[in-house]
Amino acid sequence: MAMPLGLGNSYYLNVLVFVGIHSLITIGLSLLMGYAGQISLGQAAFFGLGAYTSGILSTKFGVSPWLALLAAIFVTGGIAFLIGAPALKLKGHYLAMATLAFGYIVYIIFNQASSFTGGPSGFGQIPRFRLGSFVFKTDVHYYYLVWILVIIALLISLNITHSRVGRALRSIHAGELTANTMGVNTAKYKIQIFVLSAVYASVAGSLYAHFITFLNPSPFGFHFSIVLVTMVVVGGVASVWGAMIGAALLTVLPEYLRAFQDYDILIYGSILLLIMVFLPKGLFVGIFDLVKKRKNR
Amino acid sequence: MGPILRIEKLEKSFGGVTAVDGIDFEVNPHQIKALIGPNGAGKTTIFNLISGIYPITSGTIRFKGQKINGLKSYVIAEKGVSRTFQNVQLFENMTVLENVMVGRHCRTRSGLFAAILNSKKTRAEEKRIREYSLEMLSFVGLEAKRDEVASSLVFQQQKLLEFARALATEPELILLDEPVAGLSVPETDEMVQLIYRIREIGITILLVEHDMGMVMEVSEEVVVLNSGQVIAEGTPRQVQNNEAVITAYLGKRETENASYTKS
Repeated sequence: MAMPLGLGNSYYLNVLVFVGIHSLITIGLSLLMGYAGQISLGQAAFFGLGAYTSGILSTKFGVSPWLALLAAIFVTGGIAFLIGAPALKLKGHYLAMATLAFGYIVYIIFNQASSFTGGPSGFGQIPRFRLGSFVFKTDVHYYYLVWILVIIALLISLNITHSRVGRALRSIHAGELTANTMGVNTAKYKIQIFVLSAVYASVAGSLYAHFITFLNPSPFGFHFSIVLVTMVVVGGVASVWGAMIGAALLTVLPEYLRAFQDYDILIYGSILLLIMVFLPKGLFVGIFDLVKKRKNR
Repeated sequence: MGPILRIEKLEKSFGGVTAVDGIDFEVNPHQIKALIGPNGAGKTTIFNLISGIYPITSGTIRFKGQKINGLKSYVIAEKGVSRTFQNVQLFENMTVLENVMVGRHCRTRSGLFAAILNSKKTRAEEKRIREYSLEMLSFVGLEAKRDEVASSLVFQQQKLLEFARALATEPELILLDEPVAGLSVPETDEMVQLIYRIREIGITILLVEHDMGMVMEVSEEVVVLNSGQVIAEGTPRQVQNNEAVITAYLGKRETENASYTKS
């Protein structure tokens, strides 16, 4: 991750940019799922809201991409707050259904509000980020930009998990009623972390919009929400490092499996199955445990 | 100084079932008071109403003269009412120390932004949380277990951990739901000593318990419930000789005899 130059090939660099963008989302999602114990099947919608807000503001209203990214944070965070306040009163499957429905509604809006979003065929010519006269245009530029933001997101998340708030989130996961009785305002922390996870997804969306410079609804549908949850679970749900490993694996794996042509989905599915059967705590913790076992032998 | 807890005309029904049916009683500061009664008398329901887990149907619950019914559980904890649970409710995947530190939550302030910035002030507060929690662990005698996962503790230690976590909230009133249920005789004695020590540091205790020997030993006053109503109140000696109490626990003498002759 430190030296992309050694890789030379722009194709791999492009994949690494996507690993970074996906990591941003999964780090936020792992705070929500692994620490607070709440599920979201609508995370792709927040990713899309960030991308579209950023894309529309910069393309149609001439707002600078940086300001558009900031505005997208407020728009997506605000929507997450409005959705989360009622939805987070639900538990388990009901919360999953509510977030799934939300994701679907947003997806329909991307398709239907065509005067803004360009409908199913989307819109292009989204401006790139620039600093003074320097324009972020190559994969190398975006590689550094994305991964600097991933590192910031990671540091923020690690600080949270090691804090009073992180402890409160884990107590909610372990027993919400008990946590409440012991003086934790569980509703407040659930909504805070839900909004934060949406903000992470929004930033990832803005980066995506100004990197690809073209947007259509298809990457922001239900399927991608499921992929994101899978990334978090495969990496290890209770760790932000696991979330990154999961994002990396599930972004890179399909690329390598293309060599198997028609069998790629079959092999992809089998690998996920094997990981969940043999490393149920996810790759991150699972590999640690394996190393420990070997040492003890 | 008035009573620390005053319960007036308290009622709670679940659908058509009235679990608590117009109850009045008071708890005075620094008292050890017990709620007893047969299974289903409404004891645990009353605890859940006081700590805000269920909304009440009617009546009032006052803590230090202030109405607390209708408040959220975490606010009631902030006001100074803490509790333990009948079936131990720990944060099982967290360590012993972390469990107690969650109890310290309502006496500390650092929020999400403070956590993100992790400033000197935040770290200092975190250190105070840790120190206070360690003190509570040593108060109940669990400091050696601090880094173990809560679910790995034996039953008595889990109960002690619940005490430490409740104490970390700095309560003025603590509700103990069957503190010695499932404990051996020597373990019960240890728990009784701990309850006395909690009272000595100025905390008022209201407890629910089925172990009558223990109740009669520690309580200064006993409230006897049956079918959601108070049937007697007084010192342990007074209620032991109360006709209504004997009837509630053992049934009427005539029916008892009748059933004997039958079998």
